[in-house]
Amino acid sequence: MKYIDEFRDRAKAETLVVEINRLIEKIAPPAPLAIMEVCGGHTHSIFRYGIEGMLPPEIELVHGPGCPVCVLPMGRIDDCLAIADRSEVILTTFGDAMRVPGSRGSLLQAKAAGADIRMVYSPMDALALARKNPDRELVFFGLGFETTMPSTALTVLQAEREGIRNFSVFCNHITIVPTIKAILDSPGLHIDAFLGPGHVSMVTGISPYHFIADYYRRPFVIAGFEPLDVLQSIWMVLKQIAEGRCQVENQYGRVVPEKGNIPALAAVARVYELREFFEWRGLGSIDQSGVRFREEYAAFDAERKFTVPNVKVADPSVCQCGEVLKGAIKPWQCRVFGTACTPENPLGALMVSSEGACAAYFQYGGVPKRVPEHA
Amino acid sequence: MTPRNFAKLSVPAITLAHGGGGKAMKDLVDDVFARAFDNPLLAPMEDQARIGLSELANMGDRLAFTTDSYVVDPIFFPGGDIGKLAVCGTINDLAVGGAVPLYLSCAVIIEEGMTVATLHRIAQSMAATAREAGVAIVTGDTKVVTKGACDKIFITTTGIGVIPAGVNLGVANARPGDRVLVNGRMGDHGAAVLVARGDLALETNLESDCAALHTLIADLLRSAPGTRFIRDATRGGLSTVLNEIAHASQVAIEIDELATPLGDEVKGVCEILGLDPLYLANEGKIVAVVPPGEVQAALTALRAHPLGMDAADIGFVREGEAGRVTMRTRFGGMRIVDMLVGEQLPRIC
Repeated sequence: MKYIDEFRDRAKAETLVVEINRLIEKIAPPAPLAIMEVCGGHTHSIFRYGIEGMLPPEIELVHGPGCPVCVLPMGRIDDCLAIADRSEVILTTFGDAMRVPGSRGSLLQAKAAGADIRMVYSPMDALALARKNPDRELVFFGLGFETTMPSTALTVLQAEREGIRNFSVFCNHITIVPTIKAILDSPGLHIDAFLGPGHVSMVTGISPYHFIADYYRRPFVIAGFEPLDVLQSIWMVLKQIAEGRCQVENQYGRVVPEKGNIPALAAVARVYELREFFEWRGLGSIDQSGVRFREEYAAFDAERKFTVPNVKVADPSVCQCGEVLKGAIKPWQCRVFGTACTPENPLGALMVSSEGACAAYFQYGGVPKRVPEHA
Repeated sequence: MTPRNFAKLSVPAITLAHGGGGKAMKDLVDDVFARAFDNPLLAPMEDQARIGLSELANMGDRLAFTTDSYVVDPIFFPGGDIGKLAVCGTINDLAVGGAVPLYLSCAVIIEEGMTVATLHRIAQSMAATAREAGVAIVTGDTKVVTKGACDKIFITTTGIGVIPAGVNLGVANARPGDRVLVNGRMGDHGAAVLVARGDLALETNLESDCAALHTLIADLLRSAPGTRFIRDATRGGLSTVLNEIAHASQVAIEIDELATPLGDEVKGVCEILGLDPLYLANEGKIVAVVPPGEVQAALTALRAHPLGMDAADIGFVREGEAGRVTMRTRFGGMRIVDMLVGEQLPRIC
């Protein structure tokens, strides 16, 4: 298939793996190099195409926090359920969010119990439902990084233009950069380099990441999501290390413009403002890591339109999602991985979405890593 | 049926009266179902079909007996409809056990308000599919429920068939070295139904692969009598069947992504929606486990049949961790192919 198969070419992959091995030989790292792929999309690709098993043992891939579904805290799901329970509300959401457990169940369970919860593929679909159901309150469960932030913002602007009053958004949009910084500041945590977010950067451009290379001295390569993208980005990271460079490089140039998507950024700036802090599942509260609607758009803010309990719920104490998210432990090293916590009955958020590191590991992983020939 | 039965059903839509057991129901049954399914075993309109045992006994030494309910949404989709699906699906459940499918029952639950024309269309489709497959729909039941108590129409078909002596297919029969075959492109049904729902605003030429597979399976078993196991890859798709085999047979299975036939449109739909084609439902595809010595004969037989032209050898059974299914990706890596968790797509059949 055109524009797909080219990025999954086995021969090109083999060439890259040879190059990667050559660079590793040159670098000769004393301990495995820890490379964090920031996005859940990367994690999914790595497992789906078996990329980890193609890499030399001197490279350790650490699965980062970039799955917006996974990092949603229980309290926010509870708030969402409180909105969905209102008889006048039709709650709409992306499919991934349906199974995320709150403290009293998931949206899927609430739907089975009678709440009117519908899956949509775009916030515009939710707005269309609002037009179609003028006697109901349409609430869109908005979540995601800068990738989905603009589409929610544009939908709100569209609703404003049309004067649609029965539409609002339960806004859980978050921003990745403060979280990367929090990870870099975590004591005792060692990440050598990053594969940076592809679709977030398509909106933000590459300038938000310069501090990672300049201040924290870590190579940062913005990476696409096809398997060759991931391999090539790993190669670019290694090349920086081998040459003693720390730079922000853009492997995903076919999608990510240097300056980002200017109209999208304008819509984001118009509609949202930063929250003082936002709670991340497993990582705790991170300053300025979430957004909410500006005062001018308060009418579209479901949190202001309906009262929500807004109670902070602690993650189950056995969960080690935070340590997995920070790369401190591997998914299978979590004490409940595959036992109390499975994709069927996820306890921790990383087991919920197919982009969560644990779910990906559970579903696709476990294929033994290639044993080094010299071992 | 006598001609005087024609067009007794003069109202345009089904109401609760048509399920009430009185005249309206008799009219509905006579006019729609009995007329379409017309066959000697149904004709006496007793409460049960009466099937001669000796005729069955001549065909084999075991009765195969299966049932399935069909709730697909939408009820009409490119390549089929709920009626065709209800006949093919149950025929296939018999056929994959090596049985010759013979008789079906048909129980329908209709939501009031369905037009009589729609019901006619579904019954005609069932009748035509059964006739073409050489099976008879010999008994049935009709219920009508209030608006909202079901969605348009749900159909349950039960089937019986006869397994010839000596045919012993079983999910626990796979052995290391056996090959895994499929009879064509995977995922067409799931993708076609998903697109037909229309809420994705995707335009494709995708058609469901919905088909009765008993003649294909008969050809396969004739050419490769050592075949260990056959199953149709319906809900849960290819990956589910492979996992069932690996668990039951206590073996590992490895398939090759490059060898697994997939249509471009299915690939495209999966790319856009983030679905994995290995989990998409099929309604006209089998997975067959065949001993190594019979692979060529099996492939030749499958490819000679109109429903098996794209048949392929997609992988093999091996020693290793029991229950483990892996796939060599087109990229050269190796990944696990696990059972589907949750629902990739509700109401697909």
